[in-house]
Amino acid sequence: MADPAPAPAPGFLRQALHIAAKDLRIEWRSREVFATMTFLAVVVVLIFSFAFVVEGARPPAPVVAGILWVAVVVSGTVALSRAFDREREGEAIRSLLLAPAPRGAVYIGKLAATVVLMLVTETVLTGLCVILFATRMDILLLRVVLLLALGTVGFAAAGCVFSAALLRARGRDALLATLLYPIIVPIVIAGARGTAQLLDLSAPDLEGAAFWTKFLFALDILFVTAGLWAFEPVVGGD
Amino acid sequence: MTSPLVLRAVGKIYGGRRALHDVSARFEPGRVAAVLGPNGAGKSTLLGILSTLVSPSSGVVRWGDDALERGSPLRARIGYVGHDPGVYGDLTARENLRFFCALHGRDAGGARVDALLARVGLGDVPADATARTFSRGMLQRLALARALAHDPALLLFDEPSAALDPAGAAWLQAELAAERAAGRTVVLVTHDLEAAAAIADQVMILRRGRVVRDEARPGGFPPDTLRGLYREATGG
Repeated sequence: MADPAPAPAPGFLRQALHIAAKDLRIEWRSREVFATMTFLAVVVVLIFSFAFVVEGARPPAPVVAGILWVAVVVSGTVALSRAFDREREGEAIRSLLLAPAPRGAVYIGKLAATVVLMLVTETVLTGLCVILFATRMDILLLRVVLLLALGTVGFAAAGCVFSAALLRARGRDALLATLLYPIIVPIVIAGARGTAQLLDLSAPDLEGAAFWTKFLFALDILFVTAGLWAFEPVVGGD
Repeated sequence: MTSPLVLRAVGKIYGGRRALHDVSARFEPGRVAAVLGPNGAGKSTLLGILSTLVSPSSGVVRWGDDALERGSPLRARIGYVGHDPGVYGDLTARENLRFFCALHGRDAGGARVDALLARVGLGDVPADATARTFSRGMLQRLALARALAHDPALLLFDEPSAALDPAGAAWLQAELAAERAAGRTVVLVTHDLEAAAAIADQVMILRRGRVVRDEARPGGFPPDTLRGLYREATGG
């Protein structure tokens, strides 16, 4: 046998891709998390629609935006609470951490899989909101989708770190929400404000929405950078 | 593999409690070293340090010219088999091996994966059976295949035969012997003195985080001798 020279490991992005693909393959097979996320998101939207929609009247844009983002947060929390479950079972996390993948690649892989899962759920959610609340279906809807995508990245970036930190904690579902929600308040506010400005049928505030889009982009950079930095000590093993 | 694994005054403190005190040892390639000791002796902490997943509070572990520490690229040459299989229950055996081979930059092709499965006696497992449906023995075989997938030079075993039936334990022992013959450094943490006696040619006994005995015998340790050494070292 040779001296203990490590084999050349694949690049950072390839490692992250392997990890994301593995998570999505498992989810594709069971559709367990996706089904729960979508169910909860739909229930949230339906409950709010019964509460806020008056017959014959379209609800105000801020209300629709609020409902949409609450549903995103609720369903996203489900995705995050399960993000590391498969690593915990059978101590697969140990095998993963022993692989020559940088911790950052593990984080980005988990983040990518969570974002994909959330975006698929949000597609269903957006369609439901368009139908129930008769929201616009023009080019501005694409900008709402962009806001949702940016908000999802920031939400998942913060959430994946907490999800990993709570890997072995008892009552981790309750703890996850308690720790995560105060952190993601700026994301939800920015997303809801920007969405409300775009969904205003009479006079959409494009400039205001552009500001919130840029703000979310900046938050994404901040949260992903902080996540990359925090993930290593969080999953360390000591 | 020609470089031994050398521990120099390795210590570990968890929240004010000292789990390991100045552990110095040398693990040679082509040997099976059994780490023995009562519960709380620091065996798993030692294995955690050797696996690079736990950082020592003091001291150093060297492998060849390099320090074996947290985040070291040398972890790519370490295979770990614990009492948990360390695989994904929702993936099939082949998918698990393909995933870990890919992470290690190794050929994840069907032929190699099939050869790994055949080597651990899982060659005839249905292709669509997820690991969740495997028996304990099958999971342990898959765990070994996963640990060998990247051709490691150092193999760490933490109570690998716990919950295995006698046939499974015998198979595992034969595998340990095969890995030793292949020139790998094998470190086995166990409570099972019989199993250690059957395979080890180095025995390290820990008590309250300290090495109380470290002895190598190329011919191995007869069970009675090992029991006597253990009693003498641990008082139990």
